[in-house]
Amino acid sequence: MKKQIRKQTPVLPKAPTGIQGLDQLTGGGLPQGRPTLLCGSAGCGKTLIAMEFLVRGATQFGEPGVFMAFEERIEELAQNFASLGHDLNALVAQKKLALDFVRVERSEIEEAGDYDLEGLFIRLGHLIDKIGAKRVVLDTIETLFSGLTNAAILRAELRRLFRWLKDKGVTAIITGERGEATLTRYGLEEYVADCVIMLDHRVSENMSTRRLRIVKYRGSSHGTGEYPFLIDEAGISLLPITSLGLKHPASTERVSSGLPDLDAMMGGRGYYRGSSVLVSGTAGSGKTSLSAHFAAAAAARGERCLWFAFEESANQIARNMRSIGLDLERPVRQGRLRFHAERPTMSGLEMHLVTIHKQVQEVQPQVVIIDPITNFNALGSDLEIKAMLTRLIDYFKQQQITALFTSLNSGGRAEEAPEVGVSSLMDTWLLLRDVESGAERNRVLHLLKSRGMAHSNQVREFLLTDRGVELRNVYLGPSGILLTGSARGALEAQEQAQALVREQEASGRTRALERKRAALEAQIAALRAEYGVEEAELQRGIAQGDARTAMLAGDRIEMGRQRQANVTATRKTRKPN
Amino acid sequence: MKPKTDSSQDLEFWKLRLYVAGQTPKSLTAFSNLKRLCEERLQGRYVLEVIDLIKTPQLAADDQILAIPTLVRKLPVPIRKIIGDLSNTERVLVGLDLQPASDRRTS
Repeated sequence: MKKQIRKQTPVLPKAPTGIQGLDQLTGGGLPQGRPTLLCGSAGCGKTLIAMEFLVRGATQFGEPGVFMAFEERIEELAQNFASLGHDLNALVAQKKLALDFVRVERSEIEEAGDYDLEGLFIRLGHLIDKIGAKRVVLDTIETLFSGLTNAAILRAELRRLFRWLKDKGVTAIITGERGEATLTRYGLEEYVADCVIMLDHRVSENMSTRRLRIVKYRGSSHGTGEYPFLIDEAGISLLPITSLGLKHPASTERVSSGLPDLDAMMGGRGYYRGSSVLVSGTAGSGKTSLSAHFAAAAAARGERCLWFAFEESANQIARNMRSIGLDLERPVRQGRLRFHAERPTMSGLEMHLVTIHKQVQEVQPQVVIIDPITNFNALGSDLEIKAMLTRLIDYFKQQQITALFTSLNSGGRAEEAPEVGVSSLMDTWLLLRDVESGAERNRVLHLLKSRGMAHSNQVREFLLTDRGVELRNVYLGPSGILLTGSARGALEAQEQAQALVREQEASGRTRALERKRAALEAQIAALRAEYGVEEAELQRGIAQGDARTAMLAGDRIEMGRQRQANVTATRKTRKPN
Repeated sequence: MKPKTDSSQDLEFWKLRLYVAGQTPKSLTAFSNLKRLCEERLQGRYVLEVIDLIKTPQLAADDQILAIPTLVRKLPVPIRKIIGDLSNTERVLVGLDLQPASDRRTS
């Protein structure tokens, strides 16, 4: 019986805000037909979020809204939101939105006796009825406290107002300025108990980040924690960075690294699609060049690539890559490669995350390059950066984006410890290293790890030529030292010379053998000739012998004929022959 | 000698508007308080308009009405506003920028 009742209990209806991240956090939006308190300090975006809720409600969900402003004039509001791409006046003309400015000026108002705020109720009620509003924003109703002195009346009236809003069945946002010890300066949270969202605008390490937190949401589960949000010309973007869990699909498809030689080191087929690749190395070791190859290969496959450059401008990268024979301008023109270049110190860590999300959503790339992640170091602690990159990598994996991160190793540190301790998050790790020997610094490449594939354990020399990056075999010197650069060249030459000598020796021996055989054959021929002569003589001897025998036999027959009596006897004696 | 302000007030025409919401006790009190005051101090040179916002809610925004009852002095300028049932005569006089009656008598 009880179970049945529970089953029939409807889920708390929600009014979607249309702000994607916020709807995800709240599991569908704000509690429908109830007031929500949106509090925060000055300049943290309360008005903006509230207005976005109304505008999106009116344009996307067919729910007209009333905005009652206590601080900004209607003209000011319209201007402010025009710069964010919302035409409030048009919405007002379509009766999708109603704006009202309530001016409360203490110097203009004299209080003489008992009063209530019925006038406010009537104004609000009139606007709600006029356009059939389903959503209401009161921004910021606390202004009343500074305009009117009788706090007892105000509190009683506010309590009545929130009850009245609920009775009206409108989904309301009430904004409030943050107080010292309380959520709002005048304790509005006392009256709005259903949902409280707090905004925060914090500056750390000279970077300011706006964050949003759901303090409470009665009757619904919600994301806890603080979520950064971004205000730009397209409005608000909020990034829910709840742990996505490790549920992303794993593709068996491979994508080329752009270097056939490198692909060969990974079983001939390159990285897994959707995997994360770390390229770490010291300054000037060729990280960006390797990235450029990957980007160019992606563009050549007809994929889209998004490149976040935190050190160089797009033009500079394109110019530099042209010097190694890579044309990145063509894919840019074709719309297959998009650069997003900015200094990392432009904004806080979370903001970068939001920006990256936004860009990825806009471009929908198959390949993302972040060059380099180490520049985030200035923006937070190692732990924070690692947390951010974890979210980022999870996000890329979720989207099946192959991501290449470069990481700058400073000279002093152990080479296998990238500046940001993220190697464990990466599927493939390429280490670029400078090897100094024979008054030269040369680049070598190791494939330190590559999950889920057979990969080469070889150290390869990495050359930047005017035809792009080339990988060469690395030579070991006589004492087991890695030989690169000109030393490798010298060794190669030496080996070639030795080979030549060996070749010459071998051909000399062959010729000697030839001669020997010729001599031998001559000898054989001489012997054979000698033998031929002897044979001929012997044959002749045999023939003479035969002739003599025949002659002797003929003589004997002749003699027999002469001696008749002996004929039979002669035959008898010949028979056994 | 009459104060300058008083003389100008005597000559000026007063236009008052009282905003109410239905026949509530507060509204009725405010109306009777106001009527009495006007008869005492502004006899013959004032107009009192009572607006019931229940009937004409669209008028509330024009005069920035928030509290009920609200008395608005439209004339003489500048516009002044007094909220409440006008039971505190002293505050009403201050609000309307009228000299208290006692001062007048002594002068």
